[in-house]
Amino acid sequence: MSFTRRDTLRLAMGTAFAAAIPFKVFADVDSDVAAFTEGAEIGEGGITLIAPEIAENGNTVPIEVDAPGAVAILVLATGNPTPAVGTFNFGPLAGAQMASTRIRLAGTQDVLAIAKMADGTFVQARQEVKVTIGGCGG
Amino acid sequence: MAENVTPRIRVPREASAGETITIKTLISHPMESGQRKDGDGNVIPRSIINRFTCDFNGQNVIDVTMEPAISTNPFLEFQAIVPESGAFEFTWYDDDGDIYTDTKEIAVS
Repeated sequence: MSFTRRDTLRLAMGTAFAAAIPFKVFADVDSDVAAFTEGAEIGEGGITLIAPEIAENGNTVPIEVDAPGAVAILVLATGNPTPAVGTFNFGPLAGAQMASTRIRLAGTQDVLAIAKMADGTFVQARQEVKVTIGGCGG
Repeated sequence: MAENVTPRIRVPREASAGETITIKTLISHPMESGQRKDGDGNVIPRSIINRFTCDFNGQNVIDVTMEPAISTNPFLEFQAIVPESGAFEFTWYDDDGDIYTDTKEIAVS
């Protein structure tokens, strides 16, 4: 069987589409970060993100964020179909700017936490989690 | 409508004034992510709890925006300052408009 001009074009389009998918995910992460920080620079330090190095089950991965002096913490799973995980907004009676929860991870990826400090600056922490069984889709 | 949604909350019964306490909450909910497909290949529509708040005597402790990446039966642990005796109010907001609430009393000794 020989490829006609039409087949070749179709193949090329399919390849281009497949290659575009990962870029779309990164774009989502960037837009979520931009929506939270409104373009401000993000520093390091002052925020702790505790996540397991290896999670056997991506359906329930325990994480903990702690950023003393933060007003809000955004958590992103950079490799998920929808990267946003949640935003923790701390009120006047919050005892410490920490929270822990359980999240879903689609596969091995970086978990990103960005804290907005009371003075308007932002800091981030990143931790890679290796996932044996994915938690999204089925 | 999610079925059998039951909040479970752990708050100490007593504290001293100004003490920081740890609160643990868990609510049974399927948190359907909107990513899964059923046996026929149809996407199961998203149905999650999208917001959780905790207030103490009308003052906010924590307000969490939740996305589909939060696990089934969302669990949250956080810390609160107890300035006086009163009640913690917990509120969960479901995608379908339902609101689940619970309160826990705490006494300052």
